[in-house]
Amino acid sequence: MTREEIIEKGQVVYKKPTLLNDTPMHYCPGCSHGVVHKLVSEVIEEMGMTDKTIAISPVGCAVFAYKYIDVDWQEAAHGRAPALASATKRLWPDRLVFTYQGDGDLACIGTAETIHALNRAENITIIFINNAIYGMTGGQMAPTTLLGMKTATCPYGREVSLHGYPLKITEIAATLDGTCYVTRQAVHTVAAINRAKKAIRKAFEYSMQGKGSNLVEIVSTCNSGWKMSPEKANKWMEENMFEFYHLGDLKDTGAVK
Amino acid sequence: MADQEITLMKGNEAIAHAAIRCGCDGYFGYPITPQSEVLETLAEQKPWETTGMVVLQAESEVSSINMVYGGACTGKKVMTSSSSPGVSLMQEGISYMAGAELPALIVNVMRGGPGLGTIQPSQSDYFQACKGGGHGDYHLIVLAPASVQEMADFVDLAFTLAFRYRNPAMILADGAIGQMMEKVVLPPFKPRRTEEEIIKECPWATTGRIGGRKPNIITSLELRSEEMEVINLRIQAKYREIEAKEVRYEEFMLDDAEYAIVAFGSAARIAKKSIEIARSQGIKVGLLRPITLWPFPTEEVKALAGRVKGILSLEINAGQMVEDIRLAVEGKVPVRHFGRLGGIIPDPDEVVEVLKSSF
Amino acid sequence: MTEEIIIAGFGGQGVLSMGKILAYAGLMEGKEVTWMPAYGPEQRGGTANVTVIVSDDPVSSPILSSYDTAIVLNQPSLEKFEPKVKPGGVIIYDGYGINEPPTRKDIDIYRIDAMDAAAEMNLIKTFNMIVLGGLLKIHPVVGIESVLAALRKTLPERHHHLIPKNEEAIRKGMEIIRKL
Repeated sequence: MTREEIIEKGQVVYKKPTLLNDTPMHYCPGCSHGVVHKLVSEVIEEMGMTDKTIAISPVGCAVFAYKYIDVDWQEAAHGRAPALASATKRLWPDRLVFTYQGDGDLACIGTAETIHALNRAENITIIFINNAIYGMTGGQMAPTTLLGMKTATCPYGREVSLHGYPLKITEIAATLDGTCYVTRQAVHTVAAINRAKKAIRKAFEYSMQGKGSNLVEIVSTCNSGWKMSPEKANKWMEENMFEFYHLGDLKDTGAVK
Repeated sequence: MADQEITLMKGNEAIAHAAIRCGCDGYFGYPITPQSEVLETLAEQKPWETTGMVVLQAESEVSSINMVYGGACTGKKVMTSSSSPGVSLMQEGISYMAGAELPALIVNVMRGGPGLGTIQPSQSDYFQACKGGGHGDYHLIVLAPASVQEMADFVDLAFTLAFRYRNPAMILADGAIGQMMEKVVLPPFKPRRTEEEIIKECPWATTGRIGGRKPNIITSLELRSEEMEVINLRIQAKYREIEAKEVRYEEFMLDDAEYAIVAFGSAARIAKKSIEIARSQGIKVGLLRPITLWPFPTEEVKALAGRVKGILSLEINAGQMVEDIRLAVEGKVPVRHFGRLGGIIPDPDEVVEVLKSSF
Repeated sequence: MTEEIIIAGFGGQGVLSMGKILAYAGLMEGKEVTWMPAYGPEQRGGTANVTVIVSDDPVSSPILSSYDTAIVLNQPSLEKFEPKVKPGGVIIYDGYGINEPPTRKDIDIYRIDAMDAAAEMNLIKTFNMIVLGGLLKIHPVVGIESVLAALRKTLPERHHHLIPKNEEAIRKGMEIIRKL
């Protein structure tokens, strides 16, 4: 029996977005990337932009995002995705252009590209996965690693005297005149997922309406890097990450214009 | 006939005008002496109001080259320009573009190094341009203009070659060619390609899945070594084809020459003056000027070895192209190098003295 | 005919633009020309110089070892370029900027008090055109009509009303240049 035969018409209450293909994801069980990939795919589909989307993947855990979501992809050098996106959007203004980046890519090696693309009011969206650790390279300190948090390169916990403070780049982005919509979301509960999806949709729509640049941060877990079960990681995130990285919209000038 | 007007302009300005005229879609750059007139001229010309060309001053050379990378991914004709220290910063992006097999134009108006160096002319980025420059096994197609006219002409040529082979191309000029003014006839206007033409000509480009085609993915990443070797071998086969088909050079007074100077760019101009002086003193010397530095005219230099008693490699550097000349002649004839460093340009008289004392 | 000229002085004296007008005038007469500046920090108050070559034949090197004519507008430039004038060549210098005049016997030496004349005429900005006039008097590399045409071509429209003043300056230069 095929899947179609099993599922009767009219009985479908939930399905995988068509843009999300069947390639098995390399993400660890419990990782937030899979959920965010699904949300991005759903929004593109729902906006009818499947044939007009150009996405930019980073270096980091999401480097292979292009294998999972069936749109056109450009794989950038580490940190440079916003530069690729800037040129791509200016050269193809009617396309939906977004980058998908992690904390190391966006807030460390690519800080200049991030800040300047946002401040030039490039009509793009940056999806920012912040799990406070370098996942792909094996759990080293990120610019967003919390004070006291242990990683492979701060094994005794992040200390101000040794490593400085965690960077709230989303707060910085909200101060830039070029940004239209800056928000911080999470995907650890159904309610949070619904809010995150609305945020992504809003950001994509603003970018297509030419309202400026948009940043959607998703505070995420890294159960492998954090060395916790998915469930425990979610709890730890709620208790520690949200204390420092407050959820909610930081800026929304799109609606009034 | 307005297109055929002879005008006087700097090499850097000629690059900008030629870019607009050859249907370039986008320029992304960052100011650095001695090439800033490229971006300045584009900003003054406002091509976004005429041809629709995008012109953007980036926040760094790193960003510029990655904007070029992004633009090239979409099949558009995109370029950047810089000078030596800026081009060093671009090497990562250039390597990615070579790996992802993307057509684009990079202009390097060289200045003296190493480091921050000087702002005066130099040819000391020959190795960087011709031997890869960034990481990995790759080559750029490298064109060396020797006049303002060639600055104008090589823009379209570089784009043509870049798209023919899906490989980044470089115009390797220097501060002298960039800053001097000469007569130039700008190339005729060619319209920018329409989106339909781009989608047809570049079926690999990330233009969006128009018509519901399969997704296009541009990447230089392949973690499976066996696959990565296959990709490398394919790229290497492309390089062999370029070497076989795209060598360009100029010969000057070589017919009866007993000695040959090999020089490119502004050094070749100095060489011509030196040859005039030397011939007036009875020294039969000629010039072979590589126009493509990669692919290098290896066969032509090799053939010289059977015709002349000695070869002088005149470069405004400490001796870089001389290595390719020596490889080509296989020890059959003495090869000497002469160059000045740090932004000093050799003058024609001293080249003649070197010729006399070298052989 | 090939005329190889170096023009040297302080940044701000109009050295580069004088060279540009000369090159442009050559272009308008169908000649081959190159204009090669020593660019860089010199533009911001130090010494500035430009090599201009006007020729009936294609120009080989834009960078030269020696010159047919050196126009020097300050002492450091004179010291640098006097030895580089070809035997039988010409030096033109402005009396205001030079304390120790050239001494070579195998070249023709001309003095032009262009700075004084520009001040007298209350046309300081045409200083370089007075000097150019002096050059054209002793070496008609290009015709004065071509220079005026070059000015029309290179000056923005809003400055075209200044062309008669420039012509006046060129004619003044032709008048006041004198051989030593």
